[in-house]
Amino acid sequence: MKKNSLISSGVIAFIFLALLQMGCRPKSPGSVSVGDAASKVYVPPGEHDEFYNIVSGGFNGQISVVGLPSGRVLKILPVFSVFPENGYGYSEESKPMLNTSHGFVPWDDLHHIAISTTKGEHDGRWAFANANNTPRIARIDLTTFETAEILEIPNSAGNHSSPFITENTEYVVASTRFSVPMGEDAQRDVPINSYKENFKGTISFVKVGDDGTMDIAFQLVTPGVNFDLARAGKGKSHGWFFFSCYNTEQAYSLLEVNASQKDKDFIMAVNWKKAEEYIKAGKGKKVKAKYAHNKLDHKTHMTTSTIKEDVLQLDIRDFEDLVYLIPCPKSPHGCDVDPTGEYIVGSGKLAAMIPVFSFTKLMTAINGSDFEGEYDGLPVVKYESALHGIVEKPGLGPLHTEFDGRGNAYTSMFVSSEIVKWDISTLQVLDRAPTYYSVGHLMIPGGCTAKPHGKYLVAYNKITKDRYLPTGPELCHSAQLFDISGDKMKLLLDFPTIGEPHYAEAIPASLIKEKSVKIYKIEDNMHPHAVKSAADARVVREGNVVRIYLTSIRSHFSPDNIEGIKVGDEVYFHVTNMEQDWDVPHGFAIKGADNAETLIMPGATQTLKWLPKRVGIYPFYCTDFCSALHQEMQGYIRVSPKGSNVPIKYSLDGEEGK
Amino acid sequence: MTKLTPLSRWLILISSLLLIILFFTPIWQIDLWAPQYPEWLSMQIWLYQVSGDINTINGLNHYIGMKHIQTEMFPEFGIMPYIAGGMIVTGLLLSIWGRKPAAWIWLIVLVGAATAGFIDFYLWSYDYGHNLDPKAAIIVPGMVYQPPLLGSKELLNFVAYAGPAVGGWIALVAGLLAVTALLIELFKKKLQQKFTSMSALLK
Repeated sequence: MKKNSLISSGVIAFIFLALLQMGCRPKSPGSVSVGDAASKVYVPPGEHDEFYNIVSGGFNGQISVVGLPSGRVLKILPVFSVFPENGYGYSEESKPMLNTSHGFVPWDDLHHIAISTTKGEHDGRWAFANANNTPRIARIDLTTFETAEILEIPNSAGNHSSPFITENTEYVVASTRFSVPMGEDAQRDVPINSYKENFKGTISFVKVGDDGTMDIAFQLVTPGVNFDLARAGKGKSHGWFFFSCYNTEQAYSLLEVNASQKDKDFIMAVNWKKAEEYIKAGKGKKVKAKYAHNKLDHKTHMTTSTIKEDVLQLDIRDFEDLVYLIPCPKSPHGCDVDPTGEYIVGSGKLAAMIPVFSFTKLMTAINGSDFEGEYDGLPVVKYESALHGIVEKPGLGPLHTEFDGRGNAYTSMFVSSEIVKWDISTLQVLDRAPTYYSVGHLMIPGGCTAKPHGKYLVAYNKITKDRYLPTGPELCHSAQLFDISGDKMKLLLDFPTIGEPHYAEAIPASLIKEKSVKIYKIEDNMHPHAVKSAADARVVREGNVVRIYLTSIRSHFSPDNIEGIKVGDEVYFHVTNMEQDWDVPHGFAIKGADNAETLIMPGATQTLKWLPKRVGIYPFYCTDFCSALHQEMQGYIRVSPKGSNVPIKYSLDGEEGK
Repeated sequence: MTKLTPLSRWLILISSLLLIILFFTPIWQIDLWAPQYPEWLSMQIWLYQVSGDINTINGLNHYIGMKHIQTEMFPEFGIMPYIAGGMIVTGLLLSIWGRKPAAWIWLIVLVGAATAGFIDFYLWSYDYGHNLDPKAAIIVPGMVYQPPLLGSKELLNFVAYAGPAVGGWIALVAGLLAVTALLIELFKKKLQQKFTSMSALLK
């Protein structure tokens, strides 16, 4: 008995220990960074970062300018969203920038960045950005880091597949995520379930002039699918443009199911040189469309908004050699072209593989009419004929691919939360690095151009959770910087970002920093309400409109005592900053302003509208700490009752203006 | 012997020609450094104008009640180009004419004009630094802001440096050439003995 009990207690102990062992969770892999990471991202005080990182802000409608490798934010640049901090979208000069055919739209969802290129390489002239909600493209001047122009895109909804550019920035494209009915009101007022019959997509080719001015050259009318992302061909594939499209099922409800039915959707290859020829030959059809074109003039510091009335269209089904479809598995998202222009990488959001197409093979297939059928009258190239090969088992949920210029591709994997490095020609996976968490876009400086600058890779993540100190339910988005100069990717830095970054680009600082504008020359200021000398500062009444011409210079406004304003007046403060020294902006703010303050750069003029509603003395002051006597930079305005006979009177230090 | 040696005449010729450059370059400069101005602010003084970061300097100096610098505040600018022009023309004539007494007069006038220029500049800078607006925002008892004539000086949060600009260096070389010319005249005999090979130039 003693022996039995000994055995049985041994068995029980064994089972207990085994359970204990299996019942313990395995350790999760922690985040690892390399030992000397700090020194690699350290930019000593007074020194500059190596790259400007131009980062989309997603739902904040802004761009953030970040230095790399430090990850330091250098500027928040308002594009599609109003910015009360400097008066963008509130000042009379900047309000027209946000004008659209729907009126003033003060916000948007900014997803993608394209920095201008020449011969496929960064030239540092402009950055383009898209508005996803109310379709628009913005152009940012990289000498002033300001929104210089916004063009609305008509016949479009959900401008997601934008603003990708051709090799020499000939065109910037805008294609529709949402297909919609177009034309006159009666043609647009249709049942939603008539999607297949009435809904169309468009791809707009926006011509970029030598001075950057944008103009829609033509629109391609396409079947009603969803365009997702795009890249222009380069080098040997220059003249072609590749667009990923999903929802070829043409679903209009519960897309997560109904648009995921087909095993393959398409990458649409567009021969835009051919489209150019057709337009030149007069094949374009002029159709009515209403859209705004807004442009900033740096001489007057004013934005003008013009409403345009028509656009040229080509229906792609009318031309047999304009567009070809390449089957691509699992609702392709990213559609990226390698630096040589030979390889086109399609990333199926739900795929567990990455197909890579060959431009040479695609051309052979097209020339040999190697088609597997048609989609809505468009030729569909045989999948295998265009395929260079497949990256097997890269991870789950490939989204975007960038290149280092050394024959390697880097793909972001949303579902498996990692970056996967692979060889473009052999298609072998070379390395993988976890991201924290669920990376969306990734970015290598110049990684989408013909000449990547390599060195770093930044992952822009969609989920942050525990990466930083918690700040309540709403968290910033995280980004991770990797060193990609060696064989293995090394995590160097984890940093918070502004808004929700989608795509970003980075450009060597040397291509931009010397061109950066420091001041606007006051003698070049052609603003109709500019005052170039304190002697010309004045107050003028025209009916109930009162124009106050103010000058600001350290540390006073001229005039700073103003009387004769009445309740019900429409007051315009035209403030000219007379400074001609770098980094001496002045601000202007007045009590009760229901719009914003404004910041005026040296040599510029800005106008703030003010509607005084109550009698009293109103203080105004400078909001940008300008000097040791900044707190003295202030003035008073007397507001009298409506119908009062207090005359217009203004002075500085007792000296009355005439 | 009242004739200048050929070497002296050459030197006076070169000296006069060098002075022409003064019409195209600043002569003197005042540079200012402060923590906020790591790139230095600079003001240049020409024969007939002031240039550089004048507006910025004026903007800063108004806090301590200094006058606004502008070309119009210097009546000297109306005279100096004529003096320099006169020196150049007479110098050129002198190099052709070659009379020694005239050369002495020319040198004395040249050095005299330069000295007068410095004295005038000093007097201006004294007034600029001392004669302050009593209503100035910042008044530091006993503090004056006269910039240095040459060299550097600390003025509150600024370091001020003054020294020759390109034209100043050229004028210095021109002056030294002229002085050399007349030294040659003084020590002609000795030089002839020492440098027999150059005797033609020293005759």
